[in-house]
Amino acid sequence: MSDSAPSATSGPAPEATAPAGATRPIRFVHQGAVRTVSGLPATTTVLGWLREDQRLTGTKEGCNEGDCGACTVLVGELDAAGALRFKPVNSCIQWLPALDGKALVTVEDLGGNHPVQQAMVACHGSQCGFCTPGIVMSLVGTGERCAEHCAGSGQAPSRAQIADDLSGNLCRCTGYRPILDAGAQALADPATLPRLATPALAEQLRTLQADAPLHLPGDGALAPPFHAPRTLDELAALREAFPEATLLAGCTDIGLWLNKQFRRFEGVIALGAVPELQAIEVVDGALHIGAGASLQAAWDALAQHWPASTEMGRRFASRPVREAGTLGGNIANGSPIGDGAPVLMALDATLRLRLGQSTRSVPLDRFYLGYMKNALQPGEFIEAITVPLPQPGDLLRAWKLSKRFDCDISALACGLHLRLDGERVAEARFAFGGLAATVARARQAEAAVTGQPWTEGTARAAMAALTQDYQPLTDLRASAGHRQRTAANLLWRLWLETRPVDPLPANTTTVWEAA
Amino acid sequence: MNRPAEPLMAQAATQAQMGQARPHESAHLHVAGAAPYTDDLPEPAGTLHAALGLSPLAHGRITAIDLDRLQAQPGVVAVLTALDIPGPNDCGAIVHDDPILAELSRGPDGALDGTVRHVGQPVFAVIARTRESARRAAALAPQVLTITPLPAVLGALDAHAQQQYVVPPMHLVRGDAPAALAQAAQITEGRFSLGGQEQFYLEGQISLAVPQEDGGMQVLCSTQHPSEMQHAVAHALSVAAHRVQVSCRRMGGGFGGKESQSAQFACVAAVAAARLKRPVKLRPDRDDDFMVTGRRHPFEFDWRVAHDDAGRITAAEVNMVSNAGHSADLSAPVMTRALCHVDNAYWLPHLAAHGHCAKTHTQSNTAFRGFGGPQGALAIEMVIDDIARRLGRDALDVRRANFYGTESNNVTPYGQVVRDNQIGPLVAQLAAECAYAERRASIAAFNAASPVLKKGLALTPVKFGIAFNVAHFNQAGALVHVYTDGSVLVNHGGTEMGQGLNTKVAQVVAHTLGIPFERVRCSATDTAKIANTSATAASTGSDLNGKAAEDAARQIRARLAAFVAGRLGGRAEAVRFAEGHATAEGGQTMAWAELVQAAYIARVQLWSDGHYATPGLHWNRDTLQGEPFQYFAYGAACSEVIVDTLTGEHRVLRADLLHDVGTSLNPAIDIGQVEGAYIQGLGWLTMEELWWQPMDGSKNAGRLMTHAPSTYKIPTANDVPAVFNTRLYGQPNAADTIGKSKAVGEPPLLLAFSAFLAIRDAISAAGGHRLNPPLRAPATPEAVLDALQAVGAGQP
Repeated sequence: MSDSAPSATSGPAPEATAPAGATRPIRFVHQGAVRTVSGLPATTTVLGWLREDQRLTGTKEGCNEGDCGACTVLVGELDAAGALRFKPVNSCIQWLPALDGKALVTVEDLGGNHPVQQAMVACHGSQCGFCTPGIVMSLVGTGERCAEHCAGSGQAPSRAQIADDLSGNLCRCTGYRPILDAGAQALADPATLPRLATPALAEQLRTLQADAPLHLPGDGALAPPFHAPRTLDELAALREAFPEATLLAGCTDIGLWLNKQFRRFEGVIALGAVPELQAIEVVDGALHIGAGASLQAAWDALAQHWPASTEMGRRFASRPVREAGTLGGNIANGSPIGDGAPVLMALDATLRLRLGQSTRSVPLDRFYLGYMKNALQPGEFIEAITVPLPQPGDLLRAWKLSKRFDCDISALACGLHLRLDGERVAEARFAFGGLAATVARARQAEAAVTGQPWTEGTARAAMAALTQDYQPLTDLRASAGHRQRTAANLLWRLWLETRPVDPLPANTTTVWEAA
Repeated sequence: MNRPAEPLMAQAATQAQMGQARPHESAHLHVAGAAPYTDDLPEPAGTLHAALGLSPLAHGRITAIDLDRLQAQPGVVAVLTALDIPGPNDCGAIVHDDPILAELSRGPDGALDGTVRHVGQPVFAVIARTRESARRAAALAPQVLTITPLPAVLGALDAHAQQQYVVPPMHLVRGDAPAALAQAAQITEGRFSLGGQEQFYLEGQISLAVPQEDGGMQVLCSTQHPSEMQHAVAHALSVAAHRVQVSCRRMGGGFGGKESQSAQFACVAAVAAARLKRPVKLRPDRDDDFMVTGRRHPFEFDWRVAHDDAGRITAAEVNMVSNAGHSADLSAPVMTRALCHVDNAYWLPHLAAHGHCAKTHTQSNTAFRGFGGPQGALAIEMVIDDIARRLGRDALDVRRANFYGTESNNVTPYGQVVRDNQIGPLVAQLAAECAYAERRASIAAFNAASPVLKKGLALTPVKFGIAFNVAHFNQAGALVHVYTDGSVLVNHGGTEMGQGLNTKVAQVVAHTLGIPFERVRCSATDTAKIANTSATAASTGSDLNGKAAEDAARQIRARLAAFVAGRLGGRAEAVRFAEGHATAEGGQTMAWAELVQAAYIARVQLWSDGHYATPGLHWNRDTLQGEPFQYFAYGAACSEVIVDTLTGEHRVLRADLLHDVGTSLNPAIDIGQVEGAYIQGLGWLTMEELWWQPMDGSKNAGRLMTHAPSTYKIPTANDVPAVFNTRLYGQPNAADTIGKSKAVGEPPLLLAFSAFLAIRDAISAAGGHRLNPPLRAPATPEAVLDALQAVGAGQP
């Protein structure tokens, strides 16, 4: 991606404030028609609008924090190439303006006889039925994606893929087996599924693209001003003008600030309408990931170059959260645990930060200054993340430990990166989350191996040194002692898997790979 | 013969309705988002919304509440405290120690004096025009409450040490265990810590109270116990029960969490609605639901057991301490069931089992699928596991050596004979089908060659007593209406929470009347239709309500038979009802709709009530002796797991379940219950950890920190074993139950013991099978690594 001024997207010139008269309603396609919504706070959730405004109660609220999936809906949008794609969304933590220019599909829109609905009945996939609409929507989303990707080939999703796509849909009754059966049955031939992505809908969305960028004026602290710039330059100008405004990407965390913490927002600048921020490309031997790229897209790209990070991507979050959340948001959020940062830090990622028209680069391992504090200046934002591509001798492992395999906040997450020069460790970057106030490198452990022959003794020295690197805390996810010992044990696992003689394959070292 | 057009009948299967694997009656609505739950029902005009202000402290004295500040918040209409409750401030199910809102009094000088008993206890209710404004105002609780902290106890053993109990200790004694232990050659001792479990019904607690004429109140409530809600609301409003109507069409899951604990929400909504003369809805946010309500009781066990060299137990002394939380709720009956299941499938000649319900400053624990049974039974499974390892024997052999007999050694410690004992043949069938012995050997070979990962295997039995331990709860009522078009409406006292009760009851009625299932519809449970219902609990829903509905349907059938005999000749008792027709003794038939129409014209009563009382039950709650159960349900499961000795992570690779549901009323629904229970039990024992911030002086001291699905993790689709075989055992119930079926709700939850003990087996393998791994539940990675280190593994 480039710093030069873009772009094909036209819009008002960047200005310090929303241009007078630029306010317009939120517009999106729903049930075949363009819906026009105005007069509601920008923080109105899609779920709230459906259930309270529209009295469409098929979509359920189970947790109000994007963790149970009962509120799953599908959102269709045109991608960079103009193709219409649908993604599952947790409607309880998605705000209505995020639908602007998109299409919303809920369980009511399937008609009751969609193959997924029929299979769920036939396979006894519902008991209490409360999670069922969300599960149906997730399965329909999988079918839509498969129909899109497997066009022609008609390839059905594997049972494992279906289970992964359902990892954000909790069911307390069935034990899931009949739901997986229903998915396998309904999606056996994706090419025959009724499609949500129709040419007519795509045409409607193209029409909406002519709308001016969305600016909502706001009405007090409960209805903050909302801006959805279309270009990087407009974003930079808005951000500089309103440094106190909250930058909103996927709303997977900020949604909780509202729903659970009742935080008030001075203003909101949404990133979702800036296509430049979503670009992912390889330039000069490095992978550049726009800060607004979804976790799903970003991690798919990362795993393509660094396959060892694949499992972390699966475990990062549920599919809807991975589709909504962004890598930039994950980095900027600065959770001490955040699953992205340890891996990216181990890979020596750098951030491109932008303030107004100027940019600067900051290595990720110098970005976090303290608990939930980072190096961003007022008005500055993350534009992109740059990750070096593998060099000869590079070895990466990326692991997380948590109570549950899927979408659980890590007790510990790590990226362990070695560059071997023959049997000698030329360079080591070990980064851990969950062990300190920020994600941080294990400098002592790195020092213990750097320049040393990669031997059992070196590995043990690193494990011993690790105790000097962190003083973890005890909390609901794990005790301090457990974090310490498993961090060391993961270095041991690294040794077992990468030792020069008789390295162990992953299916003998982790239960997730074992059969 | 002229038959009226009956399209529904033509397409329907016309054989016997009981035993059919038909979909849940609401499945087509579930998948379309068209099955309304309480929050989906249209709100009456003017509905207000309530939110609860929660205590930020675990224990303390309330000295002031800044009500003016709350009242001044945007959208707020009223703020209520305990002082605003017309009747007694209590919604306790049995013991009257459960305040609706925190106890509060005003002294002569106007000063407030109150008590809070746990972090999250509701102190006040904010009623506002929107749910969001109510929630925002209620969230000011920490700022508006002035509370003087008092010492708090969170752990059951700490409360036990102080002898703080919600009810007096209970003792189940047979023979002379202490004397037998004193003389025993072999003694095995141990202890075990077992965590609680959040129900995590997907639909949270909710009540909508709508004022009616003349002081009446209608409450639409997600509850397993409409009658108890009726009484709790009547009590709180200080009105007679006939002024209160509670109804529930369906719940989005209950699992015991909506048996007694829906009362607090029903009462607050009703009190507010009565006071404001407006409909009031109370739907707590998920986090508040966790903070206010209780769960499955955590238990602490210790034991001393005498046995012979084959592992046969001769005497056992078992101490149990449950964490009851701040009030009694259902803790006493939960402990009773724990004591009555400490035998599980085993003959214990001498037993002294002691139950203590510790009082702590936490949420009040309550019913959860199994109701103490799982806790009691897991204790003895741990004991047997310990004995087997100590003796170097296969745990399955030791289990078999201890099974109840059929002719002798067949009396439970509470004095009930184990009739129709199926455990031996059932376990033998499963062991053969799942190739237990062969896999035991192949796992040993795997472990010998695998330095990091270890596999484990366990096969465990289940025997579970069916009936409420309180005899008089074992009754039910039903109302069957046959309308003149031949359609049938059924109301019964049970509630639908996903378990398929309405489907099964409709099958029973269709079967009894010999008509297609599609003719029959079950509707909402309503206290104005069926009086004095028992909770839908203790797995008894189909047993009780199926029989009551059958009784009603049989009365209608008898009247119709008499009518048919009068019309067509022959004896009334010879009239057959099947395939949508009545067939007279002489072979002449009448189609159902035609018959109903003719009978109506002839002024035959086409509706009936029905009642059922389970026969033969008696129970002495002082001596813990009697015949508390109508029969036992049996089952067994074999689980194979793999454990990472470096991280404690683990996964179930394969599970084989064989479960006894008698003659199934609906095999599809029953398999769903069995599998769902196994996965739910798996969650309880392996990942669902409840964690309270210790009383460390921090601002979160005493707070449940795992209070939402972001922090409290129930199984996902990826936690289902890759190989998952479930079979129904298929022997008819020897007891006279509806269609010879057996209850299925709770017993299969215990099948998950096999997964926990398989993890323990894998840990034991890592330690060379020398020591009994001190594995606590849930077996989180941390708990597993602790146990691994205790047996000398887990450190490279």
